[in-house]
Amino acid sequence: MEGPARSPASLSSGMRDAIPVYIHLLRAKDLIDREYARRLDVPALAREAHASTAHFSRSFKSAFGETPHQYLLRRRIERAKDLLRSTGLSVTEVSVEVGFRSLGSFSTAFRDLVGESPSEYARRWRAADAPPIPACFTLMYTRPAASSIFREADARDKD
Amino acid sequence: MITKLSHTTIWVLDQDEALDFYTRKLGFQVNTDATMDDFRWLTVSPPDQPDHELILLVPGPPMMDEESAEQVKALVAKGVLGPGAFETDDCRKTYEALSERGVNFLSEPTERFYGIEATLRDNSGNWFSMTERSESYATPKA
Repeated sequence: MEGPARSPASLSSGMRDAIPVYIHLLRAKDLIDREYARRLDVPALAREAHASTAHFSRSFKSAFGETPHQYLLRRRIERAKDLLRSTGLSVTEVSVEVGFRSLGSFSTAFRDLVGESPSEYARRWRAADAPPIPACFTLMYTRPAASSIFREADARDKD
Repeated sequence: MITKLSHTTIWVLDQDEALDFYTRKLGFQVNTDATMDDFRWLTVSPPDQPDHELILLVPGPPMMDEESAEQVKALVAKGVLGPGAFETDDCRKTYEALSERGVNFLSEPTERFYGIEATLRDNSGNWFSMTERSESYATPKA
């Protein structure tokens, strides 16, 4: 005789409570996307998400794969890459534009995530034409990664 | 032969709220709003494209099982889905008008090589580009 069948409710109940949480987390994430250049602190973001700071950081990481602070850094560096590629702004100007308080902290974060210094990156990219990928995709889908994936893709686009 | 893409599915978290967003806030027209048993077939169209229907659906049966439905809803709520790109005749004016109606913009109108572009979210989490194309990148006419 068969045992009791697992109802669809029990299979999906683990995820069912997550939707309202995701909605609040997305609001905080969108705030980071919009206001990355300002002085953002995680407690303020947590309040935006109606959560305690620790819980917010944990939930954010669980939903999006990295902590809010890591996401903020990535967002700033991704914007910096765009500015370095497509404008004539100096490295210092770019660092201020994306919200870093010192050139040193910008360069360190850039090097960590991109694998080369901001000026090396700018030199490489300002010689080439812009790729024909609409910016919305570039902004939404390209995130610098510590792995070699994005560096390989960048190198491929240059050829 | 296949002549057009006539329908696109947009997964939403609530059909009433989505209908309000797409019609009252974005200015789209209702094409069909028909309920049969538990299933509500709800489609809208952009003003200049009455022959393209955006189907506003909540993930679930009969299209998919409950577990898959929860997974898709989570993806929608997390904001990772981008169903498509909109065109506008005036990006800056439209950005102002829609912002006033409470539309959530992710980026302001910005000059790109193909035109002026802003990005927005619907009230479920889906993101869209909204682009006013420059002359050299004008949409091909049918």
